Amino acid sequence: MSDTHAETVAYVRETMLPPEPPPLAETGAIKWLRENLFSGPLNIVLTLIGLGIVWLVASIVGPWLVHGVWNANSMAECRQIIAETWGQGTDGACFAIIKHRWNQFLFGFYPQTLYWRPVLAFGLLFLALAPVLFADSERARRIVLGLAVVLTLLVASLLGAGGAVLLAAALVMLGWSALIETRPGWSLLATLVYPFIAVWLLWGGSLWGEIAALAGFVIGFIVWRLLVVRFGLLAFALGVVAAVAWWLVAAGPLTSSLAGVLPLRLQPVSSDQFGGFVLSITIGVAGIALSLPAGIILALARRSDLPVIKMLAVMFIEFIRGVPLITLLFVASLLLNYFLPPGTNFDIILRVIIMVTLFASAYMAEVIRGGLAALPKGQYEAADALGLDYWKAQRLIILPQALKISIPGIVSTFIGMFKDTTLVVFVGLFDPLKAMADTIRASFEWKGAYWEPYIFVGAIFFILCFGMSRYSMYLERRLKRDHR
Amino acid sequence: MVTYTGADHPPFRLSMLIYDRRYRSLTLQAIVFILVMVMASWLIDNTLRNLSAMGKTLSFDFLFRRAGYDIPQQLIPYNSDDTHLRATIVGLLNTLLVSLLGCIAATVLGVVVGVLRLSSNWLIARLMTIYVEVFRNIPVLLWILVCLAIFTEVMPAPNAYRGENPAAQMILFDLIAPTNRYTAIPSLGMTNPPGTIALGREAISWALIAYVVVIVVAWIAWRRLRVWAQAVQDRTGTRPTTWWISLAIFAVPLLLLTWYFGLHLVPPVLRGFNFADGINLDNALVVLWLALTLYTGAFIAEIVRGGILAVSRGQTEAAFALGLRPRRTMSLVVLPQALRVIVPPLISQYLNLTKNSSLAIAVGYMDLRGTLGGTTLNQTGREMECMVLMMGIYLALSLIISGGMNIFNSRVKLKER
Repeated sequence: MSDTHAETVAYVRETMLPPEPPPLAETGAIKWLRENLFSGPLNIVLTLIGLGIVWLVASIVGPWLVHGVWNANSMAECRQIIAETWGQGTDGACFAIIKHRWNQFLFGFYPQTLYWRPVLAFGLLFLALAPVLFADSERARRIVLGLAVVLTLLVASLLGAGGAVLLAAALVMLGWSALIETRPGWSLLATLVYPFIAVWLLWGGSLWGEIAALAGFVIGFIVWRLLVVRFGLLAFALGVVAAVAWWLVAAGPLTSSLAGVLPLRLQPVSSDQFGGFVLSITIGVAGIALSLPAGIILALARRSDLPVIKMLAVMFIEFIRGVPLITLLFVASLLLNYFLPPGTNFDIILRVIIMVTLFASAYMAEVIRGGLAALPKGQYEAADALGLDYWKAQRLIILPQALKISIPGIVSTFIGMFKDTTLVVFVGLFDPLKAMADTIRASFEWKGAYWEPYIFVGAIFFILCFGMSRYSMYLERRLKRDHR
Repeated sequence: MVTYTGADHPPFRLSMLIYDRRYRSLTLQAIVFILVMVMASWLIDNTLRNLSAMGKTLSFDFLFRRAGYDIPQQLIPYNSDDTHLRATIVGLLNTLLVSLLGCIAATVLGVVVGVLRLSSNWLIARLMTIYVEVFRNIPVLLWILVCLAIFTEVMPAPNAYRGENPAAQMILFDLIAPTNRYTAIPSLGMTNPPGTIALGREAISWALIAYVVVIVVAWIAWRRLRVWAQAVQDRTGTRPTTWWISLAIFAVPLLLLTWYFGLHLVPPVLRGFNFADGINLDNALVVLWLALTLYTGAFIAEIVRGGILAVSRGQTEAAFALGLRPRRTMSLVVLPQALRVIVPPLISQYLNLTKNSSLAIAVGYMDLRGTLGGTTLNQTGREMECMVLMMGIYLALSLIISGGMNIFNSRVKLKER
């Protein structure tokens, strides 16, 4: 029947009509606008309010940015140029202050010829972190390594590092990268050595001091490792005793005699020359690196079955979380001299790092405790059923899962702590936000420059903190193991 | 029959303190406890030796001596002849004031932004995302300094509001006048004041007492109304309409009181060089409040957004399928579940805001740190006592806030068996 269909029924169409374009309201920009901006009376009002806000901000900030001046030597000159170009009474940004003083915002009073040292320390940080942070994503790791090496060398050479320095830095970084790519396990040891290199690069002096400090840890570890089978718990105490004995007795004389043979000296930079982002990042990275292990130990202590240890952990955590960071910093600057034996005095940056670490570790402990509590009880029971002892169960079964759960909280604690490093201004250190800006404003040329420093410093903080939060999202996605 | 003897009481050996699991935990705790005590006694010993070397003794007598400095913003009467103790209390009240105002405003801002960030409106959602990300990722100190710069650099001087064609306009129906020295806001006035009751140096108006009594009574009445409505619903299956009764219970007596006392706003008026009649708020308070609100609001917005997203769509659909109206769906199904997620992190944000209020140091607001930990400390030179007292007060404050909020949390959290 169907083969005669077309001939017998005259009103059946023989060809298809060409498809009509969709109605104007259902396509392209108009559809998008209707769905996303004007879908109802409430949304229309909201859109208008939103447009109003955008217009208000743009009409205030826009001209100010457009009138911005980059080439001037003082605030007065800036204002003169703006008045000449855009007419009397107009307002404009004076970005010349950034162009002139960017180095103080970034490096504080660090000697100009030595800028390559913080840069190199910062670049090496990425090499130290790459095997930890980007362990199983080869592509991401190679990109990070490549960028770190190239950018560090580039920036160091732009900041006037000498040829020998650049060559040495390039060799170290390439060697380290090769180590990470070929022997990832061994590169973790290099990561452990990194803090000592960074301290040497930042503060200068003789490398032997740092080597002696590192040797103490190594000796303690070896003692523990040799005795742990025989003595168990006691071996840990013996390891600590050995390390302390090394530091107190042997380290000092050995350091000075070795320094006599082979100096390995960099020009020393004292703590009061630190400032700007060098200071913030130094305190922030040290605090982050120290507060994570401290937080893990505190969290385990708080969930411990041993009442005395639990009580001590609760008291510590609740006390630290109950007081503002600023009071702890005041304790570091005002009261620490009372608590230590008469006549002792140590570096203010170190004191601040200790206080910031204590502060962050209490918050970290609570975050990790949340992760521990979120683990199903079956995981603990399974670990016990396998016959693992406490530390093995924690290390192999509990902590990997608990830490994974608490990644967002851990990273937001890091971000909070990094932002809090600006508070060091109140104990007389030169943070980039207030102290550095105030110092620069105190000079005659840049009197009255308020917004430009805030924009510059705020933008750098935003990039660093936003970067950290994006990384935590990436890490969460990568570690996701649930089958959804 | 074999009687089991033997391993019950093995002879005690010293090595069992380490190797026997029954004793090991006790040994460990004892060691840790002794170490902590040794550490603490070492610190205390050092402190006492250092103090005696400087010829100082630990004493809190200075609290009862004359303070001799002025505090611009005060909730209770204070002048420079008062004691350091009273200055401390003024500072503590200032801390509480800015924290309370900040918590309220940040909650309102955070809820609005958090809801709007989920809006289907593309523009609004993007704007709110920008606000949240920018404010969360930049130190609060910067926001305080920016707000300070706005008030000191951009706001007009009081006399800019003068004349026929003033250079500056008062905002919000001519009620608020921000200036570069203070912010003039309206005060409350009464045409028929009922007199005051004196409590020491403070004077409490009978009107305030009347309002408090009326609100408490109305609240009790409202609770009984709800119980009655529930009883009716249990008995008959239909819930009586009560919203207008609830409204009346609160509104009628309050309106009557307001009418009786003639309570009204007294707008600030420019007299001479300054505003008068209203309240001239210290700009330090306004700046700190504004910055803390904007900063904490961004965090609360994320918490609210997370809480709303945590309630799965199936819950709303199930409630609709049961025939609940949208309003009751929101109040009976969605909100209780969202609050369970929102409240614990909200508590820690309130605590953070209270602790961040110590950044008053950046704007010169005389809070607890500004009085006790600032001027008093510098004048008396008693660092130890001042810091211990200040940390103790902050600690107590935090514990009280978190305790109170935990009670609230235990009421909204899911009742699990």
